[in-house]
Amino acid sequence: MAAVPFAPVSHPSAASLISARGLTKRFGDFTAVDAIDFDVAPGESFGFLGPNGAGKTSTMRMIGCVSPISGGTLRVLGLDPAADGRRIRAQLGVVPQQDNLDTELTVRENLLIYARYFEIGGPDARRRADELLEFVQLADRAESEVEPLSGGLKRRLTIARALINEPTLILLDEPTTGLDPQARHLLWERLYQLKRRGATLVLTTHYMDEAEQLCDRLVVMDQAKIVAEGSPRELIERHVTREVLELRLPADDQAPLDGRFDGLEPLVERVEQRPDRVLLYTSDGEAAVERIHERGVRPESALIRRASLEDVFLRLTGRTLVD
Amino acid sequence: MTGLTAAQPGMRVLQRNLWVYRRTWRGSIFTSFLTPILFLLAMGLGLGALVNQGAGAGGFGGVTYLAFLAPGLMAGSAMQTAAFESSFPIMARIQWRRNYEAMLATPLRVRDLLVGELGYIGFRLLTTAGVFFLVMLAFGVVRSPLAPLSVPAAVLTGYAFSPLIVAFSATQKGDTTGFNMLFRFVIMPLYLFSGSFFPIEQLPGALQALAWLTPLYNGVALTRGLVLGTAEPLTAMAHTAVLVAYAGLGLALARRNLGRRMVG
Repeated sequence: MAAVPFAPVSHPSAASLISARGLTKRFGDFTAVDAIDFDVAPGESFGFLGPNGAGKTSTMRMIGCVSPISGGTLRVLGLDPAADGRRIRAQLGVVPQQDNLDTELTVRENLLIYARYFEIGGPDARRRADELLEFVQLADRAESEVEPLSGGLKRRLTIARALINEPTLILLDEPTTGLDPQARHLLWERLYQLKRRGATLVLTTHYMDEAEQLCDRLVVMDQAKIVAEGSPRELIERHVTREVLELRLPADDQAPLDGRFDGLEPLVERVEQRPDRVLLYTSDGEAAVERIHERGVRPESALIRRASLEDVFLRLTGRTLVD
Repeated sequence: MTGLTAAQPGMRVLQRNLWVYRRTWRGSIFTSFLTPILFLLAMGLGLGALVNQGAGAGGFGGVTYLAFLAPGLMAGSAMQTAAFESSFPIMARIQWRRNYEAMLATPLRVRDLLVGELGYIGFRLLTTAGVFFLVMLAFGVVRSPLAPLSVPAAVLTGYAFSPLIVAFSATQKGDTTGFNMLFRFVIMPLYLFSGSFFPIEQLPGALQALAWLTPLYNGVALTRGLVLGTAEPLTAMAHTAVLVAYAGLGLALARRNLGRRMVG
């Protein structure tokens, strides 16, 4: 399927916190990020949505000034990562994909020593640490070792640590991967609080619900390229219909569609056959159910739901986000 | 002043290691302080009684076996401390615990990590050599007013190994095979055959020449010369130069390898 074109930002505001043009990352012969363009404005929550291996983490590492760019231009906070890495990193808060807390120190010591890395010391560091432990609801575990903490608590400590330098820009790489639903929701709520306070968040995710919850605007990445850009709502409006009718056919009825769903336009815009179900993209799910019943199709189940970013991704790439 | 400013970020990494050491120092007492002293007692006094009878006073340049052995052990222990601290803990901070990844997301740079780590290893070398020096004083084997210089000599011996081994650690892919080889086939043979326990003149000629090239032999000879007061200025300078050269080479390799490993 051809990549769906989208309007690139042609006049990046001078106040962009991040501006990338033709940004490329190669490892030997392998191109991890292939000439992508994007801009992130102050106060915005910006997401990279895509499956594992799409190039999201490589992009984040270049923004975080720990991975040199292979081509194109990149400006972070108006500075060049190649020349001003230290100055940029001093203003970033980074939440890595895999926890890298200091497991030989306590919860509070993790924040205090991280403050020292930013040359924040003494009373300032202690005050920040206490505030942040309150913010991520870990104050009662301040003297605890890190290792016995659950995955969700470790993530919260990692987020507190990323905020110790009062960053201008917060980078979150797959912030809730591997967490149980309750821990994810608590984390989303905290990140939403940050957003409300005006923080600029840049995050990667392969969860469409996370992208919908947290991102004002996002780019969809697939195979090292950006294939679409917009707000979650814009992307859905532009690339898919409002509703989706999901049909599960009986196990003995796995024949090809053989025309059973043909000619339903304009009610049904598009039909997508997946291994376990058939998706009908439609403006009116109820009407679509009636029409297929009239045709004598008897699915085991029929579910009408709102279209999601998952459908956008499927439409753009022919594949699902999470395999 | 600029030198101080340049070293300052690295001090944060040193501080981090000292915070951890504050909690774990008890565990290091046995390996760092007691083991070398037990060796000194068992071999210097126990075995030494027999050796002294056989070799006579001339065998070890006119000193007892204990006096001959003590500075050799001091340098040998410095190598072992340096080798240990530059291998497993560095691998842990690269890969197992990922501390360096966390540090490099802050204003810290690879060179700051190296400054901090080598500062910490210097602290470990200084304390272990210092305690060992006090033990030598107590046993009355110190015979020269220059003897306190044996402490920096032992630290330098450790530094001849430490950055090289950090450079090696930065190339290891997270399993311990490489380290096991390093300790079995490099560190242990060096420890046994570099003149700590017996003069290298006892080795076959080719091995003697090889021993001359090793950092540990030069460290042992320098330390022993200072403790026993037998150091010739020119040879002492030559030993120092060899140790500094190994340290400098190691530093360049460590910076290159750790940079390649962490920033890509």
